[in-house]
Amino acid sequence: MELLELSALELGRRIRAGEISAVEAVQASLSRIKEVEKDVHAYVTVDEEGALTRAREVQKQIADGTLNGPLAGVPAAVKDNICTAGLLTTCGSKILGNFVPAYSAQAVESLERAGVIVLGKTNMDEFAMGSTTETSAWGVTRNPHNLAHVPGGSSGGSCAAVAAKECFFALGSDTGGSIRQPSSFCGVTGLKPTYGTVSRYGLVAYGSSLDQIGPIAKNVGDCAAILEILAGRDEKDSTSVARADGRFTEALTDDVRGLRVGIPGDYLGEGLDGEVRAAVLKAADVLKEKGASVEEFDLSLTEYAIPAYYTIASAEASSNLSRFDGVKYGYRTKEFDGLHQMYKRSRSEGFGPEVKRRIMLGSFVLSSGYYDAYYLKALRTKALIRQAFDRAFEKYDVILGPVAPTTAPKLGESLSDPLKMYLGDIYTISANLAGIPGISVPCGTDSKGLPIGVQLLGDCFKEKNILRAAYSYERGRADTASDPAKKAVE
Amino acid sequence: MANIISDETMEYVAILAKLELSEEERRQAKQDMEKMLDYIDQLNELDTSGVEPMSHVLPVQNVFREDVVTNGDERDKILKNAPEEKNGAFVVPKTVE
Amino acid sequence: MGKQYETVIGLEVHVELATKTKIFCGCSTAFGAAPNTHVCPVCAGMPGALPVLNRQVLEYALAVGLATGCQINRYCKFDRKNYFYPDNPQNYQISQLYLPICHDGGIDIETPEGVKRIGIHEIHMEEDAGKLIHDEWEDCSYVDFNRSGVPLIEIVSEPDMRSADEVIAYLDKLRLMIQYLGASDCKLQEGSMRADVNLSVREQGARQFGTRTEMKNLNSFRAIARAIEHERGRQIDLLEAGEKVVQETRRWDDAKEYSYAMRSKEDAQDYRYFPDPDLVPVAVDDAWIARIRKRQPEMRTEKRKRYLEEFDIPDYDAGILTSSKKLADVFEAATAICGKPKKVSNWLMGETLRLLKENNQDPQDIRFSPEHLAKLVDLVDEGAINGSVAKEVFAEIFARDVDPGQYIEEKGLRIVRDEGALRSAVEEVIAANPQSVADYRGGKDRALGFLVGQTMKAMKGKADPAAVNQLLRELLPRQ
Repeated sequence: MELLELSALELGRRIRAGEISAVEAVQASLSRIKEVEKDVHAYVTVDEEGALTRAREVQKQIADGTLNGPLAGVPAAVKDNICTAGLLTTCGSKILGNFVPAYSAQAVESLERAGVIVLGKTNMDEFAMGSTTETSAWGVTRNPHNLAHVPGGSSGGSCAAVAAKECFFALGSDTGGSIRQPSSFCGVTGLKPTYGTVSRYGLVAYGSSLDQIGPIAKNVGDCAAILEILAGRDEKDSTSVARADGRFTEALTDDVRGLRVGIPGDYLGEGLDGEVRAAVLKAADVLKEKGASVEEFDLSLTEYAIPAYYTIASAEASSNLSRFDGVKYGYRTKEFDGLHQMYKRSRSEGFGPEVKRRIMLGSFVLSSGYYDAYYLKALRTKALIRQAFDRAFEKYDVILGPVAPTTAPKLGESLSDPLKMYLGDIYTISANLAGIPGISVPCGTDSKGLPIGVQLLGDCFKEKNILRAAYSYERGRADTASDPAKKAVE
Repeated sequence: MANIISDETMEYVAILAKLELSEEERRQAKQDMEKMLDYIDQLNELDTSGVEPMSHVLPVQNVFREDVVTNGDERDKILKNAPEEKNGAFVVPKTVE
Repeated sequence: MGKQYETVIGLEVHVELATKTKIFCGCSTAFGAAPNTHVCPVCAGMPGALPVLNRQVLEYALAVGLATGCQINRYCKFDRKNYFYPDNPQNYQISQLYLPICHDGGIDIETPEGVKRIGIHEIHMEEDAGKLIHDEWEDCSYVDFNRSGVPLIEIVSEPDMRSADEVIAYLDKLRLMIQYLGASDCKLQEGSMRADVNLSVREQGARQFGTRTEMKNLNSFRAIARAIEHERGRQIDLLEAGEKVVQETRRWDDAKEYSYAMRSKEDAQDYRYFPDPDLVPVAVDDAWIARIRKRQPEMRTEKRKRYLEEFDIPDYDAGILTSSKKLADVFEAATAICGKPKKVSNWLMGETLRLLKENNQDPQDIRFSPEHLAKLVDLVDEGAINGSVAKEVFAEIFARDVDPGQYIEEKGLRIVRDEGALRSAVEEVIAANPQSVADYRGGKDRALGFLVGQTMKAMKGKADPAAVNQLLRELLPRQ
């Protein structure tokens, strides 16, 4: 069906023009969900009734002019770690298996105020800890481009849903690459904004100093438009910042003349798949042809980002996840003798192995005698990584590189060796430590037909630089044959 | 290099984390943790002397709310997800002997 | 017993601040509401909820810091203290460890040996926990988060105190200071002020401190004094028996007058503090400190001095009136209305304190309005009621805050100015008591008092005793 091929902005335009109704758009998405979910399993909850009811309200408000934004009436999906009032929010975990929040995340409220219709909640690695969407308590999500492969993670459900046209865009969260990496694996466009740009209120915390909500969509333009709606200071989130330059769609110009693009040599070395490397460098060539200056440089410290990240993220997670204790909400074990056993059993039965692994590591690195050696050391490393980016952004407007060392691995290949899986985050993790924005844009496929993404990183608050580069690249890429978003499950 | 974590340490960390691990899980967790710590020890190659630990990446400070009551009684909503609830309160195993 | 021991005491005092809302959310801090009715996603530790600092909490902490001579950290942060307990909804408490708001201050206390300075190590801000209510019959407890997130400051003293008396003097001074600042009502019984006692003993003259214990659950000055004596004895007994004092937290049971160790295997006491990533640092500049300093209210010493000059009352009165912020407030308000400071002072220092003591209350608990006290002073002054009726009326003001004017009219207590009625009452009393009349005439002055009393009784108290006295003297002239 042609309707499902539309970008979010184009769908919004046609709804405003009265060519399509919001109800029709929701119905189309719902029937697509029915068609492909048994294969893809991108959603953990589909709110069919709620979405249709909301679509009728929105359509009325569009008709009477109360809603006139670019995305009014557009159906979208929300990652399951972002709270939605009245709708199950499980974080892919048994411990929150029955949790229905009474409040919505600020990001969801912003979307709803703009007339976006929430279709349901998407699958994810449990508490966003994972790179494959295989650690969810509700089963794996499959890559729409090849069902034998993972969609990436942790926002694998959101990316697969967009790739399989089960929604027009989705919200994801990115703590160490969780938007960008699955976007790359699924052939969609995903943006992690500067830390503080989107309110974290209602995002179930994993690593609070690293977490950001961001858009996952079919193209760069949609991402810019969605970010415009999401960005802004929220008085409920102390770490959110006001953005004076919030008109992100203004950066959608097909002009990169004079743009300085740097490619870290450290991102092209050992471990990087040859086909991925070639596709990324080809993307760089497109920008060069359009008038950007492109050169390789030494970013340095790249190999230290992963150990620093896992120390910081695990430490914060061990504290953030302590509230899941069987007292206020969520899973409580059936049989226990006394308070502490209730805690231990509820948590041990409620959390999966990867989550437990990180809670243990996090508790250890914060414990008496190890805090300085591990946690503070990691925070000092983070400061050095930040300095390395500061130096790089003195010379370059955009840093270009791969999103992940390989394309999507096969299901079941990754979990056996956690450390090896962590190494797959090497190109995305630094952005979270440094707080900078990054976008993943499809740039080709490998010989197996699996999508490859190119990552563009910008300095803090310079989303416009990467949006401009990404948009220009997207226009330059043009030939639809290399646009993997077109090829998802038939 | 080559961190060795004792069984006592594993038990201690499990108490801190409020996790009850089976024998098999504990063995696996010990192995994973040793491996991760070996990996994290790479950071010792870096000279970080004189570097301030960076907990907040943006220089945002002094964010306040004013001292004005904005919330009313939302008891029903707060208790809605409680595994056990009675007389408007959460119920837990007795905390005193 | 040959050895002499010295007790070394430091205090950790928690004070609930008098803000309208909690430290990190817009829920009310009002005391005594139905369980979980002042609770929101933030103070119930719901997934995804985030804290935002109440500005007033910081300003109260700064005010207390300045009043206690502390240094202010120009850059401070919040840290998470991680431990599991059901009254702690996030299973971490947001507190300050690495960079508390105030440090290195102190206050002077009076001791028999003279003025002594008790050092304050630091003051930090943190959130209070909820309340656990234990079911008497069933094997469960109930969690109420109304108190969860109520703002606290913790004032940590140096180990500078050597006796229970010094501890009480320090707490008294600190409490008064904080009450004057309006930062808290500091009620020990209601828990808005709580003191944990860190205590160790060492041989007289020893340089090293002994191993200390921390004592919790001390709900009154009396309990604090008793717990200190008891713990001192316990530690000395251990040392005398050649045993060691174990560093631990103990809980005082005031009814049974003993304490027990709170440790268990499940309490590792390893709080894994780290900076809370959800809150941003606080930077306090000179201008801000200057603003707080300028806003500091008049403290006790200045107030006492002012009372002498402005109201011309004895220093003794000024001392007592300023020993409680509430007493001073009532005094000033009532005096402003009736303009009779000494008379207001007499009511406060006499009847008010007597009734408070009788009811086992302290001046904090005064509930009557200064207007009614002022009116009572005026009524007595006008001669509308006599002294004993006034006391009776005051008891009503104290208990129910009645309007004295209305009350005396309703009860018909106003003094009778009718000369004829008084004269006939006196004449009747003279006729009915010949013996007393004879005694008086025979020189016994006490007999006149009896006759005055009889007349007052006949008048149901509504006569002016001075007028009765004078009339009796007139009618019973002595040769």
